[in-house]
Amino acid sequence: MSFIPIDALRTKPLPRPEDAPTRDVHEILDELEAAGELIIHRVPEPYVEVMTKYGRTKKIPEQMTWHHKSCGQCGHIPGYSTAIFWLNRAFGFDYDDPTDQTSCTAWNYYASATSNAPAQAGVAMRNFAAAYETGYFPIIHCGTSYGHYKEVREELIHHDDLRAKVRDIMAKLGKPLVMPEEIVHYSEWVHAMRDRIAERQVLDFSDITATVHPACHYYKLVQEDAIYDPDLYGGERTATVSALVQALGATVGDYSTFFDCCGFGFRHILVERDFTRSFATQRKIEVMKEEANPDVVLTHDTGCVTTLDKSQFAAQAHDKNVGIPVMSDAQFAALAMGAHPYRVCQLHWHTTDYTPLLEKMGIDWKAAWAEFEEDIGRLERKEIEFLSWEDVGV
Amino acid sequence: MSSAAPAALFTADRGATLSPHSYPDVSYEEKLRLWDEVKADIRFPTYLYGCYECGICVAACPSARFYDFSPRKIAQAAGREDVELIFEQMNDDVWNCSQCFSCNRCPRENSPGGLITILREVAVNNGLASSKEALEGYSRIVYKIMTTGTQVSPDMLQADAFPDWGPGVVDVSDNLDLWRRALPPETLHTTSMSWHVGKETLTELYLIWHYSGVMDMIAEIDEGLHMIIIDVMEETLEDAGYDIEL
Repeated sequence: MSFIPIDALRTKPLPRPEDAPTRDVHEILDELEAAGELIIHRVPEPYVEVMTKYGRTKKIPEQMTWHHKSCGQCGHIPGYSTAIFWLNRAFGFDYDDPTDQTSCTAWNYYASATSNAPAQAGVAMRNFAAAYETGYFPIIHCGTSYGHYKEVREELIHHDDLRAKVRDIMAKLGKPLVMPEEIVHYSEWVHAMRDRIAERQVLDFSDITATVHPACHYYKLVQEDAIYDPDLYGGERTATVSALVQALGATVGDYSTFFDCCGFGFRHILVERDFTRSFATQRKIEVMKEEANPDVVLTHDTGCVTTLDKSQFAAQAHDKNVGIPVMSDAQFAALAMGAHPYRVCQLHWHTTDYTPLLEKMGIDWKAAWAEFEEDIGRLERKEIEFLSWEDVGV
Repeated sequence: MSSAAPAALFTADRGATLSPHSYPDVSYEEKLRLWDEVKADIRFPTYLYGCYECGICVAACPSARFYDFSPRKIAQAAGREDVELIFEQMNDDVWNCSQCFSCNRCPRENSPGGLITILREVAVNNGLASSKEALEGYSRIVYKIMTTGTQVSPDMLQADAFPDWGPGVVDVSDNLDLWRRALPPETLHTTSMSWHVGKETLTELYLIWHYSGVMDMIAEIDEGLHMIIIDVMEETLEDAGYDIEL
């Protein structure tokens, strides 16, 4: 069942950049750089060109990427970040996983408002300057960081006084004011790499149905900078994640609350979770289950994976129609390429039962868990201090 | 309420109120001062253009489904400059917002969620009792982000903190050190922050908090928390050779 009138949309003309309701941010950045206001950190070659909402082109770097990590991914679902790094290593790409990176602090800002525009812009510019100093190009793991940084970019390019204030703060830190040529989300990199991921696919996903939850802060904040594809949903929905599912030969399950948020709420997930649980299960998981009965929910943001996965446990007590495993597009892609479900994707940090999905993918999860337990034994016996990339074969 | 609605939103009835009796202990002048602070925010002009009363923002809003909350009322009160109602919303409504920005689908290009970001910021900046109450259980998170540079940490995954997340939380908590060491990325071998943030990086973050006036906001909202954060920051900044009075 499709909720999008695909046939009617097939006759719709492609969006033309000249018709876009907003000015191209690249033009403004070029003007500011020419005026000596800031430095543009150019996208390194080789890059892949993708189409954004109004038909403009966005450059996605293949490698030489500086990985701006995510608080929630690294802290509570670390297989998410690990899978992103694993994909880069599997392709033999050069990247930097820096310690000279702070959170964007936007989760806190949207939760508590205990900050202000100069501070938020200062944090963003400090991180971008740190990336610039290394020569690696920033790629943002978190959907909220990505959306917030796009908002910060809007504020900085349109407000001279804010720019002056932040430049002054950066000067006190001994850093220049640097803006990346593109603000790139990791899922855009996965999207750009999807055909090459499919070329290296070792598992058959043709029996897998996935529903996609698009992250609000990916495509609702500065919407013109999100990836769209006229061949997917008639260009009416963002194409990231869904295009990957198709490339891997799985089925995208459609459902009627696609545009709804997950219920994360920023402050709610931490201190008012009754709202989060209710929304996640009643407006997303149950609807997906009823309308598409998927094997997995895929999404591309920290909060969405956490909310949609963790909320399902308590809902069982109310006999809710739940029980769909949740993971990121990066974990899904890594599994397709043969990544270990525990050493790489770290699925033991997830809550909703994922073992039926692994079995359907043809993964012997019991054997994989036994291997992981051997690793834990080696760590306990102090034979190794940490599990290394060499231990996971990349 | 509809019977009291003004004839011309966003035009003639600027200043008229749909909520004349709320918070009578706070003077109109004080409410107006706060509203002026909202309007002075550089983002305000790009968050409010008008209202078709189409209700798309409400239909898209997750919070509207579970709370007595309406992004349309937020936009309309702001458009009418209904100072009384705005103050009421600043106290009673804004903390219900999910900040997902689904309301950005507004065909008039309003951002009720963006307005709420500003309203919250002004509420915190002025130490409104309602904002203190809303953030009461949240102060440990503010401490975490401001002092470690990361929002959450693995050691927060405790059964008593997340009982609704199931027995997996207990497994994580029981095996935390081992499971963190079983992560291939070196930056993740930490339990007290999301990833390992360098000391020099933290120093720079503290300087940003200081120079941007954020510490004053924290003092306004939670004096005890402010003192604790200052202690941590001062020590780090002193070690880095900065002689700054926070």
